[in-house]
This record gives sequence, C-alpha cells and structure tokens, in this order.
Amino acid sequence: MSQKSPITTQEIEHNFREIAPPLTEAEAIFEANRCVYCFDAPCTRACPTHIDVPAFIKKIASGNLLGSARVIFDANPIGATCARVCPVEALCEGACVENVLMDKPIEIGRLQRYATDYVMERGRDLFKAGEPNGKSAGIIGCGPAGISCATYLARLGYDVTIYDRKPLAGGLNTYGMAEYKMTQKVSTEEAAMAEHLGVKFKLNTEIGTDISLSDLESHHDAIFLGTGLGATGRLNIPGEDLQGVYDALDFIEKIKARDWANVPIGRTVAVIGAGNTAIDAVTQARRLGAERVLMIYRRSQKEMPAYEYEYELAKKDAVEFWWQTAPVEIMAGEDGSRVAALRCVRMELGEPDSSGRRSAQAIAGSEFDIPVDMVIKALGQQKMREFFGNVAGLKLDNSGRVIVNRETMQTDNPKYFAGGDCVNGGREAVDASQAGKLAAMGIHKALTGEQVEFAGARIPLLEETQDIKSH
Amino acid sequence: MADLSVNFAGIKSPNPFWLASAPPTNMGSMVERAFDAGWGGAVWKTLGEPIVNVCSRLASIDMGPQRMMGLNNIELITDRPLDVNLREIRECKRKYPKNALIISLMVESKREAWHEIAKKVEDTGADGVELNFGCPHGMSERGMGAAMGQVPDYTCMVTEWVKEATKLPVIVKLTPNVTSILPPGRAAVKGGADALSLINTINSMMGVDLETMIPHPNVNGMAAHGGYCGPAVKPIALNMVSELARDPEVNIPISGIGGISTWRDAAEFLLLGATTVQVCTAVMHYGYRIVEDMIDGLSNYLDEKGFASVGDIIGMSTRRVTDWGNLDLHYKTVARIDHSLCIQCNLCHIACEDGAHQCVPLVEINGKRWPVVDEQECVGCNLCYLVCPSPGCISMVRLDDGSQPLTWREMTSRQPETMTGD
Repeated sequence: MSQKSPITTQEIEHNFREIAPPLTEAEAIFEANRCVYCFDAPCTRACPTHIDVPAFIKKIASGNLLGSARVIFDANPIGATCARVCPVEALCEGACVENVLMDKPIEIGRLQRYATDYVMERGRDLFKAGEPNGKSAGIIGCGPAGISCATYLARLGYDVTIYDRKPLAGGLNTYGMAEYKMTQKVSTEEAAMAEHLGVKFKLNTEIGTDISLSDLESHHDAIFLGTGLGATGRLNIPGEDLQGVYDALDFIEKIKARDWANVPIGRTVAVIGAGNTAIDAVTQARRLGAERVLMIYRRSQKEMPAYEYEYELAKKDAVEFWWQTAPVEIMAGEDGSRVAALRCVRMELGEPDSSGRRSAQAIAGSEFDIPVDMVIKALGQQKMREFFGNVAGLKLDNSGRVIVNRETMQTDNPKYFAGGDCVNGGREAVDASQAGKLAAMGIHKALTGEQVEFAGARIPLLEETQDIKSH
Repeated sequence: MADLSVNFAGIKSPNPFWLASAPPTNMGSMVERAFDAGWGGAVWKTLGEPIVNVCSRLASIDMGPQRMMGLNNIELITDRPLDVNLREIRECKRKYPKNALIISLMVESKREAWHEIAKKVEDTGADGVELNFGCPHGMSERGMGAAMGQVPDYTCMVTEWVKEATKLPVIVKLTPNVTSILPPGRAAVKGGADALSLINTINSMMGVDLETMIPHPNVNGMAAHGGYCGPAVKPIALNMVSELARDPEVNIPISGIGGISTWRDAAEFLLLGATTVQVCTAVMHYGYRIVEDMIDGLSNYLDEKGFASVGDIIGMSTRRVTDWGNLDLHYKTVARIDHSLCIQCNLCHIACEDGAHQCVPLVEINGKRWPVVDEQECVGCNLCYLVCPSPGCISMVRLDDGSQPLTWREMTSRQPETMTGD
C-alpha cells in the first residue's frame, strides 16, 4: 500500500518544474559574449571530459550552434545530461576566471544545454559511424560510462551491443537524477544518438540470467563493464523491512516515471544520510507534498558529503537537519507492519577515522523517538562483488572497486575493460563519461594496436601547449 | 563649475554639445525638445529640394551584445517642404535665442541656387549655415554632397558663392571619403569658410543577411552603399580632426563629428582641436537625454583637472600629435603582470604568442600556469595590456636606458647610409 500525497497533481507538477530553465536566445547570446575566451582555459581543465568550453561558447556567440554542440558531444557523449546534472559549481563554473573578476562565473552548464538542446530538438546527427572494422564490443550497463564507450567505439567502426537489465537506456541518468534537474527524455535521447551510430541495445537483459558472461565473451572481442554499483546499503537495524521504508534510489526511480498517483510519500519523512542522493531524496520528498522532511546524519554539517549548493537547495526547501543523530531502530505502529517512528541516538564526534572524517560515537542513554511515517535510506550503494566474482581474473580493491589500468581502463582480464562507478566507487556522470572514452581508446589500442585520441582525452602538458603555439 | 559656453566662429553656444544634421534635427518640435534636454546647439537636417526616400534606410553592426557599434543610412536630405522648415527654424530660434541653431544646406551646383537658399536661411534669424559637402550616398550621385567635398576646387567655389550671399558664419562639412582631408579642408578655408565640421559619414556596406543573402539595408531585395557613423568611426574622425587642427593653413574652428557618445568622447575631440562636437548616432540610439551626462561629465572633468573653461582644453593635445619620424626611438616600455590581479585567462599569452613577439610564456609556478613577461624580448607593443580583462593587472612600465631621445628623422640625418627604412 502506498501513501498518497496531500497535494494535487498540479501542485506536484509545479514543484517538479525545472530548477534551471533553458536560457532564452537573448540570455544565451549575452552570456556567451561575457566569456573572455581563455586560452588553456581552467573550465576545460576542470571538466573531467575536458570539453573545449571556450570553443563551444564562442560558437554560441557566433551563431554556430551546430558546431557548438559538436564540440560538446565530441568530448562528452552525454553532454546534454551533464549540462543539467553536473556539479558545475565544483567543476567548470567553479574554475571560471569570472569568479575572480566579477564574482559571477559564466553559466557554462546552461550554455551547454542551450547548444545541445539545439541539435537534440532538431535530431541532428553530429558524428558518423566508422567504417566497420570487423571487431565487436559488448558493453554491460547502459549508464553514462557504457553510452560513452559505445559511442566512441561506434565512431571507430566497431559493432557494439549494450546490455542493460532496465527497460530504458541511460542507467542512473535515466533512473537516478533528481526530476527537477532532468527528465528521462534527455538521457534516452542521448542513447538514441548512440543508436543512430549503429549501437545495438539489448534492454531488459540481465547478465547471468538472460545471457551468460561466456556467451558475451564468445560474441565479442572486448567487453566493457559499466555496471555502476549495486543496491543501497543496509542500516542493519531492527525494522528495516517494515512497510514505508525505501531505498533512496528506488524512491527516485518511482518519481522518474512522473506517475504521481503511484509515488509513495509520507507526511513526515526521515531520510538517512547526507550525501547528494540524500539531498535528492529530501528535496523531492518535499516537492511531493511531505509536510515535514528530516535529514538524519550521524556526523555534523562539516562532514556532510553533499555539495554545499545541494545543501543550500535542501535548506530552501525547509528540510530539517538532524546532525549527529543516528537511527537505531525503525519502529512499527499498532498494525505492526508500517513505520510509525524512528528511534535515534545522539552522537559525539571523536578523532578523524580512516576516511579523514571525525568518527561518530553514540552517546549512551540519549535515545529518543521521532514520529515518522516514511523512512528513506540514502546510504550509498554497495559494490557488486558477487557479479565481478564471475569474471575470471578480474581484480577488485579492498573497497570492492574494479582495478583497471588508469590510461586504458583495461582490467586484469585483458578482454575486459571497466569504468564509471564500478571503478571509481561512485562519482559523477561526467566522470563515467570520461572513463567510457578512455576505455574505447584502450579497447581500440588492445584490439588493433592503433592509438587514437578523442577530444578531451587528457589535458595537454605545458610543453605541448607551448609547442602548439610555436609551430 | 567650469564654464562650458563656447564661441564658435561667432556662434555662441551654452555648451559645446550640438546635434548633427540628421534625423534627430528633422523638424522644429524635435530640435525644441533637444534644447529642452540641454543640447547647446543643433544643425538642422539638410535643407534643399525635397526628396523622396526609400524604405528601409538604416543598418547597423553590433559588437557582441552591444548594439549599433556602427550605423549606416541611405536616407537623403529633408523630405519636408522648404517653407515649412524655414517657418519652424524662425519659430525655434525665437523661442530659443540662446541656443545655437545652424542650418545645413545642400542644393544643386548653381550659384543662384546657393545664393537663394542662403538668403532665405539668413532671413529666419538662424545663427549660421553648414554646407553639406559630405553626404556619400544618393545625393552624391546627383552631383551634390560628397561630390562637392571630394573635389577641392568645387569646395572652394561653392563656399565662395555662399559667402557672397550671406553674412552668417559659414561652416563647411567635409567628407571623409577622400585620400587626404587636408586638400578639401584647405580649399574651404580658401573659399572663405568660417569653420569646418567633420566627419560626414563613411562609404559603407553594412553586411549581408545570411538567410536571404541580401545585403543590408534591404530595399525590395536590393541594397546600396550608405553612410557609416557611430562609435566605430570615432578614431577615423579624431585623426581627420587632428590633422586639420594642426595644419598651419587651417586656422578656423572645427566642429568634431564621428562616434561621440559620451563626455569622454567629446573631451577627446576637444583636446585634439574641436571647439564644438556634433552627435547623432548616440541620440538615435538612446534619445536626447544623453546630453545630461555629457554636460555633467565634462564639467566634472574640467573641475577635477582645474580648468575654468572648456576653451582651456581645446587643442591641448594637438601638439602631442606628430609624424612617425618625430617619435623617440629610445623610449622603451615593457609589460609587467601583477599576478595578484591575474585571473589566468592567458589571453596575454596567446595574444603575444600568435599576434606579437612570443614573450609572454606560461610558466608553471606552484602547480599553476602563470603568464610571465620575458622583459628581454618584450617590445612594449601594448597588446597584452590591451587584451587583459582584469583592470590594473598588466601595466606598461618605462624601462629605457636613460639615453637622450632620438627620432628616425634625427637618426637618418646623421647616418643616412645605415637606415634602410624598416
């Protein structure tokens, strides 16, 4: 039984309108002209995919939107997604020289959206598939890493198939982004761009169930693992399986369909955790009509993993922050099956632990109960150790991350390459996109011996920067 | 507050800010509103045989989000009956006796025609006439406007005709569409002109609509060259004004025209020898109201510099303009970059690298790349200083060896055999 929102569908739709609407033509031209067109630009360096930001912005200023979008997608096949969900304050816009000069960076993210919208609205193809080279690649996982790797391999002439257990392409871009930042249309259309390059999509396909790894190995010359991470971690406290307890990612996935009548929402919602996914959960719970939303975190605001501007967003949404508070039990109501309260304990902070953050210790006897009717766990995702155990020779680090060569993304099984969250432990979509690009270059090198370099594969060294200039 | 009033060839004006002969001075009601806004004078839209205009008439060039860096027009002289204009001029002068009211004239190249119109204008009580020898489009095809100004003999002749017919001060408005501004300027002086005004608009083709491939401004699928004005033409006008201002043969007042939008622009024209300035494009862009800051800004500037009167600065910088051969070859500056103000856009580096002398390399300091000037190689060209977006970050520092100034002229007169002209 799902709980119903106290507000109307119209109100919910209004609450889920885009928080960063598209720039108008006048805004885009003004903003593009504000860019000083840095050489060896800090924004480009800060972008994990090293998009040539000044180049695409000047193309907007010159009215060459097709060329602008090509610059973006050339370095980042999920450039439209990143335009909406990238933590630009921490990346390109955070590095913008206009922060120093004007205390106001160029709105790079929104300009990127302006250019990418232009081609996506018109369905323009920006790249051509390479001449078939007779090689085949299988990609496990249709998230940002997989789409990126597939796109570059298709441009090189590979026969590429992507496998994903979900019905829609895009991975977390499709199922895990806060709805007010981005709708599913953006990431599914990016997948369609890959499809236009000849990439084949086998969706609703679970590896090991619908098709075996050995089948994949016999079909493909190389396999890219872009699986992402597994299920949300468990609290390991009593009451975790009561009705009304949700994983943050499941909760967000339900929102993504915009089928508001079937999205569960309580009146008082406790979200456990303080990462960016926890912020997505609290802000969306408020937008769905929850009257009170509490963010429960065992450490203090200082240790909070969420970005500062995400925290600001939650504050604006009137979320209550319960710092140095840890859940010890989720308690059922009289029916014995549904959540009615969260029992918490106050925490005190000690010396920094292995993560560098101060360790949190429960204060004896400080238990207290908060009446809640919904609990959302945003504890970070677990690693897929079991799945990777099925790949012969694959090595994982102590945290369960797949070990790869950082330049080629090749694993210890030479047929397998990997990138994205399963390698980095969970970072941004843009990081996954870059990993997919490097893996495509690595696969090509391994299978043909040829070293190609896609746009933004790396930052040129100082000597190269100088050389470019003097020739 | 400094005295802004000027006496321009006998024409008194409460300030040096005049409206140029153009759409903003098309009729009495407009000129009166302009005087109410604070304009010291106005040059009435050129009188002559009424014409028929085309549609459209204007086109502009933008610079990023800045509209109308340059404007061009293919509009002709007044399209209103002469008697209506004369009546309104008389009325306007009666209502605004303290403002300068100058009437621009252009008629066919016949002595009687010029005599007749000059007399009619004198009869209105206007303060002076301006002979339009500059209009570069339309009228010039009919032997008028720039067709006069481009032939010094004609300039002299028609000036003489007008001087024969009227006691009013005669201003000759020159066209910039000549190889050198000196011959027509001197010809006007020879013909008896009391003053010069310049520049009129520059021959121009504003651009092409990339969708239709029809140039601007579009007149039923066709276009013709027009007269270019606005901020973009200011340097051309300043050059021509200063050339005439420092010419010993030209000893008459100059009214500076060309891209003046602010008091700063006006002050530059005054410093280079103009006694009044005329404004058009900036008013067409923002309205008569802009004169308020022109007056206020110029007045504050004069006060801060300690000048009692605007007359004190007229021509003050003219002596600072010379021929290249008189410039000091020993004067040496280099660029200095203040890293505390550097935003690391590296425009100085790339500009010097690709556009100058490869002397602002990027140097890795504490893990960051900073532009650093190689002072041994720096030629002091100013380019990095010009492109730097951070105020005060790059300065040009004097760094010569203390030797006496030496010009190219002096050098070649001493050692002619060593100079090959580079």
